[in-house]
Amino acid sequence: MTGGVTGAVGLAWLLVLIPFAAAAVLLLIGKAGDKWGHWLGVAGLVAPFGLAVAMLAQMLSNSGVESYFVKWFVWIQAGSLRVDAGLQVDHLSLAFVLLVTGVGSLIFIYAVAYMAHDPGRRRFFGFLNIFAGSMLLLVLADNYALLFVGWEGVGLASYLLIGFWQQKPSAALAAKKAFIMNRIGDLGLLSAMALLFAHIGSVNFVAVGPAVAGGGTWVALVGCLLLLAACGKSAQFPLQSWLLDAMEGPTPVSALIHAATMVTAGVYLVVRSQFVFTVSPVAMWAVAIVGVVTLLIGAWIGTAKADIKKVLAGSTMSQIGYMMLAAGLGPAGAAFAIFHLLTHGDFKANLFLGAGSVMHAMNDDVDMMHFGALRKVMPWTFLTFACGTLALIGFPFISGYYSKDHIITAAFDKSPVLGALALLGAVVTAYYMTRLVILTFFGEKRWEDGVHPHEAPGLMLVPMVILAIASLAAGAFLNTRIIGWLSPVTGEPAEIPHGLFEFTWVTGAAVAALVVGVLAGWLVYRRGPVNESNFLLRAADAELGANAVGDVVVKASDGVADSVGIIDRYLVDGGARGVYRAGIGLSTWVRGLQNGKVRSYGLMMGVGVVVILVAVVVAGQVI
Amino acid sequence: MNENYYLVLAAILFAIGVAGFLTRRNALLIFMSIELMLNAANLTLVTFADALGDLTGQIMAFFVMVVAAAEVVVGLAIIITIARSLHTASIDASSWLRR
Amino acid sequence: MIGMTVSLTAITFWVCAPIMVVLGFGMVLARKVVHSALCLAGLMVALGVLYASINAPFLFVAQLIVYTGSVMMLFLFTMMLIGVDTADELKETIKGQRVSAIVIAVALAGLLGFTVLHAIVGQSGGLSVINNAAGGNAQAVAQLIFGRYAVAFEAASALVITAALAAMVLSHAERLTPKERQRERADRRVRQFASDALPVAPDPAPGVYARHNAATYPALLPDGTAAPGSVAPALEARGQAVLAEPALKLPAQSLHNRLAAQATELDGQPRLMADLPDAAPALTAKADDAEDQEAAK
Repeated sequence: MTGGVTGAVGLAWLLVLIPFAAAAVLLLIGKAGDKWGHWLGVAGLVAPFGLAVAMLAQMLSNSGVESYFVKWFVWIQAGSLRVDAGLQVDHLSLAFVLLVTGVGSLIFIYAVAYMAHDPGRRRFFGFLNIFAGSMLLLVLADNYALLFVGWEGVGLASYLLIGFWQQKPSAALAAKKAFIMNRIGDLGLLSAMALLFAHIGSVNFVAVGPAVAGGGTWVALVGCLLLLAACGKSAQFPLQSWLLDAMEGPTPVSALIHAATMVTAGVYLVVRSQFVFTVSPVAMWAVAIVGVVTLLIGAWIGTAKADIKKVLAGSTMSQIGYMMLAAGLGPAGAAFAIFHLLTHGDFKANLFLGAGSVMHAMNDDVDMMHFGALRKVMPWTFLTFACGTLALIGFPFISGYYSKDHIITAAFDKSPVLGALALLGAVVTAYYMTRLVILTFFGEKRWEDGVHPHEAPGLMLVPMVILAIASLAAGAFLNTRIIGWLSPVTGEPAEIPHGLFEFTWVTGAAVAALVVGVLAGWLVYRRGPVNESNFLLRAADAELGANAVGDVVVKASDGVADSVGIIDRYLVDGGARGVYRAGIGLSTWVRGLQNGKVRSYGLMMGVGVVVILVAVVVAGQVI
Repeated sequence: MNENYYLVLAAILFAIGVAGFLTRRNALLIFMSIELMLNAANLTLVTFADALGDLTGQIMAFFVMVVAAAEVVVGLAIIITIARSLHTASIDASSWLRR
Repeated sequence: MIGMTVSLTAITFWVCAPIMVVLGFGMVLARKVVHSALCLAGLMVALGVLYASINAPFLFVAQLIVYTGSVMMLFLFTMMLIGVDTADELKETIKGQRVSAIVIAVALAGLLGFTVLHAIVGQSGGLSVINNAAGGNAQAVAQLIFGRYAVAFEAASALVITAALAAMVLSHAERLTPKERQRERADRRVRQFASDALPVAPDPAPGVYARHNAATYPALLPDGTAAPGSVAPALEARGQAVLAEPALKLPAQSLHNRLAAQATELDGQPRLMADLPDAAPALTAKADDAEDQEAAK
């Protein structure tokens, strides 16, 4: 199991196995585990976090070795395809492992208190552990096939968790929507794997890297398929609409999906597959464009939603858009994508836990029009939420300031249009976060009757405070370190940040954007909610018609069918009728085959077997 | 003794099983035809085990027997249940696959 | 010695193979399901013998025990439950099914035979050496089953247990009404006597006062007519019950006539005599009818 690797890194498999073991115990033990099950769930992720820290120490001390390969067993051996169950521990995967286990552990602890009154808490923690274990498998796998196992596991766990309150039809529907949207992305990943196997005969990262260096059309196709996969998992345009509905899950799940596990998987896939994208400019541009479009859509949606969690969901979509944009800039941006992903993981978890705390206080109400003036009642929540907000909008010297500015700079280097749009996104980000904070924490009380807000219990506050500190400091801490750490995997960017106080014209523009956005938000919302019924906001509230598109398509095809019917009746009567009668005759004949008799179906099967045998025999003769 | 003859015998028995499966209507007979096909496959496995000098074929045949026994138990229970409600063992009596 | 062994194998094969093919056709073509089952059982025994001749004595025994011993017995039990003599209608109901089925089967046999003849496995490949090395075929198989395939074996055992449970669940029929035991039956009889004046005593046994006490002969009432309900309804429905009253009455009537004649001889007074038929009436009128009908067909 250690695959010949010594030290803590040799135990890498435990990172994956511990959460799954905890999940198995939690889901199988029954009611006997209701009293202590949640703590076992927390231990199932805290223990891997400890191991990950030990692995970090080992990797820092052996700086010469850049990646370790921990093989366990031969997983698939079929013909020329050989897939090992092996893990690749390098700087990129370790950064993800630390994010998933660290932020995840805090969210788990928070969930102990948040779900305290839910009868299904043990089951909930079982699902959470599957979620974390799958994500760890996803980021640690050394080949696409094993990554796909984790990928599917994450999809399954998100389905279970979004639909955790399955008694609510909306939650069940949202879970199904997320699952199906993800399946579309999975199709991309599977097809990409098939292409890689067909052309290279291997799906290992180390084998694929050199083999695609020549580029070519099929490599670009692989890149586009991987982008499709990433779009599904990371809720990027055009597969973004599941993310907003996914807010039906309990808030810790939202935090986990947005900060640590689910949506970051797409960014990971694109960064991990840099070797595919660097050689195919088409695929790279596609990634960057998808990123820019999504970052604007997400921010736009964030300006209009009244549901506090949906505003944050729009924000996540937008921030992941930044990461995709950066990942689509090639070596110039890939490291910055991961940098932003790490800081975003901290402050978005912080914001979601804060939102959960507010909901907890307001009897699970999510409508910001019913909030207001919560600053005095919930001072700790307000303070931590403010830290997260400052980090998100990129207040100078706080996390987002560093990570986002690098992305905007890199975007300007690639194309002024991309840079300008990214800057526009920053303005809107500052605007909607100002709106959110003012409507929630400032102004008049607009509480519903019978609501008595109160500060969250200590067990919820501790993770929030830790994450708030991380939100403030992560950017400054990682700014000079992260690029050197990731460069073995992502390549050297053109401009390496050297200190905390570098100023360029982009920095100035970003700060100006921040000021404009905050001022605009303050001017509009300083007196409380305003009438939000202009065209732009209505469109955003309808999620830019992501759901309406389906209706429009149906109506349009109805119209087309009607007009075709008229033409059919009056213009090409004879011919058209002849055609459709032929169709009816054909389908009647085909329907006759479906007579429900077992023996008829058996006969069909026999015909199929004979045909296959003939094909085999003929092929055997020919070849 | 050329072992190919065993394989030809197995092919003939399998075809007889297919014919029985497709022509007879009594559910029990259809089941027996399936058993005949399984036995023909088993004969192939055992023949290959002998021809290639590898016991794995015999192990496979053994597992086929175990699974077939389980399958017969469940299948016959289903036939009894159907016969009890429809008062017939004919497989054409109901076109359940269509409904 | 080797040549001797080989020829024995060949003899076994050439004896068994034709038997198996004939029995296979018998199974498919037999009209009654029981005959098909017997054909299949015989085929399986022959197959087991073939196993024994190609270095698989363990499977020979397993084949006998599992297939002929239990699987075929299960088939027979099922036949008992759903009716032994449900002869299959040989008339085909789906158009063209039989012809296409035969075409498919022949094509399959041809194709499979063609492919296996190209497999060229040739002679026996030294399996006996492996068997002897392990101390016997059973030992060699056991080493594999409980060694490399131990997990599969355990899974198979779980499958078998599950199948047994499944069979119990599937064939279990919930009682809709409580079962009537002796006590309830007695109560019901007395109740029906009070309400509908039905007899409290059991129905008369067949054969009382009749010529034979066989189950097919109804009991006779004092006036010589057949007592209703004394023959099982199933026998009556099948036409096996003897309901020809003249023949049934004949012994009692002739006895009466003889006794009456003796009494008249003693006291000279005339007595009422029964009208005896001229010829002995047929006992099995119904059965004859059935045979006539069949002959007419």
